[in-house]
Amino acid sequence: MSNESSKSGKSYVGLTGAQMFNEMLVEEGVEVLFGVPGGVLLPIFDALHKSTVPFILTRHEQGAIHMADGLARSTGKVGCCLATSGPGATNLITGLANAYMDSVPLVAITGQVRSTLIGNDAFQEVDTTGITRPVTKHAVLVKKAEDIGRCMSEAFHIARTGRPGPVVVDIAVDATTAKLTEEPSLEHDLPGYRLKTTVHMRQIKMAVDAINEAQRPVLYVGGGVIISGATEALRALAHKARIPVTTTLMSMGTFDESDPLALQMLGMHGSASANYAVQDCDLLIAVGARFDDRVTGKVDTFAHKAKIVHIDIDATSISKNVRADIPVVGDAKDILEKMLPLIESKDRSQWLAQIAQWKAKYPFRYVPNAKVKPQAVIEAIGKLTNHDAIIATGVGQHQMWTAQFYGWRRPRQFISSGGLGTMGFGVPAAIGAQFGNPGKLVIDVDGDGSFSMTMVEIMTAVRYNQPVKIVVLDNNYLGMVRQWQELFYGKRYSGVHHPCPDLAGIARAMGATGLRVSEPSDVEDSIRTMINTEGPVVLVADVEPEENVFPMVAAGKSLHEMDMGRLA
Amino acid sequence: MRHVISALVQNTPGVLAHVAGMFSARGFNIDSLVVGRTDDPRFSRMTIVAIGDDRTIEQVRKQLDKLVTVVRVRDFQDTEYVERDLMMLRVAATPEKRAEIIELVGLFRGRVIDVAKQSLTIELSGTEHKLEALIDLLRPYGIRELARTGVIAMQRGRQSDGRTEDDEQ
Ligand SMILES: Cc1ncc(C[n+]2csc(CCOP(=O)(O)OP(=O)(O)O)c2C)c(N)n1
Ligand SMILES: [Mg+2]
Repeated sequence: MSNESSKSGKSYVGLTGAQMFNEMLVEEGVEVLFGVPGGVLLPIFDALHKSTVPFILTRHEQGAIHMADGLARSTGKVGCCLATSGPGATNLITGLANAYMDSVPLVAITGQVRSTLIGNDAFQEVDTTGITRPVTKHAVLVKKAEDIGRCMSEAFHIARTGRPGPVVVDIAVDATTAKLTEEPSLEHDLPGYRLKTTVHMRQIKMAVDAINEAQRPVLYVGGGVIISGATEALRALAHKARIPVTTTLMSMGTFDESDPLALQMLGMHGSASANYAVQDCDLLIAVGARFDDRVTGKVDTFAHKAKIVHIDIDATSISKNVRADIPVVGDAKDILEKMLPLIESKDRSQWLAQIAQWKAKYPFRYVPNAKVKPQAVIEAIGKLTNHDAIIATGVGQHQMWTAQFYGWRRPRQFISSGGLGTMGFGVPAAIGAQFGNPGKLVIDVDGDGSFSMTMVEIMTAVRYNQPVKIVVLDNNYLGMVRQWQELFYGKRYSGVHHPCPDLAGIARAMGATGLRVSEPSDVEDSIRTMINTEGPVVLVADVEPEENVFPMVAAGKSLHEMDMGRLA
Repeated sequence: MRHVISALVQNTPGVLAHVAGMFSARGFNIDSLVVGRTDDPRFSRMTIVAIGDDRTIEQVRKQLDKLVTVVRVRDFQDTEYVERDLMMLRVAATPEKRAEIIELVGLFRGRVIDVAKQSLTIELSGTEHKLEALIDLLRPYGIRELARTGVIAMQRGRQSDGRTEDDEQ
């Protein structure tokens, strides 16, 4: 059992539970704590009053947890947030589920009513661990001061190791007021939490043989590659074996898209070259990816000509949706590095020629007209930021266009809600990423609908001087849903028209700079102005309202049955 | 396919809810789920009878193992193991029918644990199969109440001569 946190040899006797809580934040290296206070948190907030860990007061708990999430995704560190009992805790649920689906390391601390009142429907009591358990990696209730240290230490350990995820620590208020009379044990008591440390060399050899034999291999890589820090190992392997690489929404940038081997994103709105390559390959090497239905399309025909190698640290991901012929359970970096020396250099020129042909024939495209095209805005952002900014998004069409058109270069650059598809993620996630990356350019490319859900956090960015830039692609629609109604419901638009007031004016009222662009010829200049303006800026782009995202694989269709839309 | 799966779990609040919640959330079918103490107060043992094809059961096993509070998981499929279910059953028994029922129960090595004017309460342990056989035979008399624990299981010891009650049936 690991015992990472008691190495300091400090004495905690005499501290209150709340002070112990603060000690643990310091010990775990928490750089910022996002949250909203409340009755049961009063003792904790009193301890935070003198803390070296800055507390960031958000306008909503959802904002707090998405900020912690954005910080975690962009830095790889554990994000941390704090919410009160009852409504504070329930306001975290979306953020927990969001982080859980995308394997983001978070520790969310919630206050709980006095331990003697638990179960009595006390004021602001909810069964936080019960509610959060299905959407977290782990959830614990702490009722005694002496357990706070160990439970916090375990929570950080669980959040960051293995397949990362959010952990809830629900602390009863009386545990925070009680004094520690004895030295608390910080030793972990997690007999059921074993990390996989050894990889079967036999499985690795099988995977290597399959790769060496393959004529038309494709690497399909997901967020696990970023989490394990396997970007360089992936690049080396792809280059040595000359294997084209397609990334999921969770791993944009982990394979540089300017590389000739890059196939960009695959799946429902993936590139035609990626989807054709997957459907035509004879070996699919999945690394840290989980065969999500947005990736596979019709699952029975996904990569139907291929043998499948699946490398993943989570054994439950393997053969869950698509049966793996060669499963390799373990850390992606470790496995790729062990494979590398055994991989034969190959030229595979025939296959790569085919790939190059697809890439040349079917790049992501759009048809310019007199209106501002959302894709053009994103292309311009890519160009003017040298493809080097940290980009967050909301959920919808703008998110897909961002994935398609930015031009990704490095991991942890794209901060987007994949598994849960959480509208409203963009604004707070960008603010969190900015906290984690001072001095770096962070831009949220948002939709008017998503932006409306959490734009209130602009006040948080203003108050704490976080110079995030927000580009709202304002189509006055819940565009992605409108697209489906256009394509599959005879254009009977229902519940998708979303008229917006002057969003730039709202941003100004909150203390940010508000800009607006309506002419295609002004797009680049307005983005330049946004980047060069100090402090938080909201740039509202009035974009073509009925633009659609293509290519598109309709629900239930196979990846090669893409609709190229008006691009074909 | 029916699988008997045993999970050693940490004896902490919420573990049962966690396991049961995981089963329902993932749409796994379970026939029975039994929780009991072990010789170590830190741990409990859950025995789960799950129905599903190999792929589903493999997911069940892996998903269980993934829960932080689950220490060890074993699927008894393809191993030599013994399983027992315990049943209490109250059957209508007029004085005239009593002897007949007691004889039946005796054939199954069951025990009568309570006798009333118009009923008998019987205890029987064995495989699910055996319990069901007795239930079928007693049904015509009128079953008043029935309670079963669900299956618990254990791998056979290595030196075992392989003979158990099961074989005698
Ligand atoms: C919280 C939440 N509610 C509803 C949805 C369903 N949904 C998916 S995309 C979308 C429209 C998003 O609109 P907007 O943010 O304006 O982006 P656009 O598609 O117009 O670019 C909706 C409603 C969701 N993903 N998340
Ligand atoms: Mg919109």
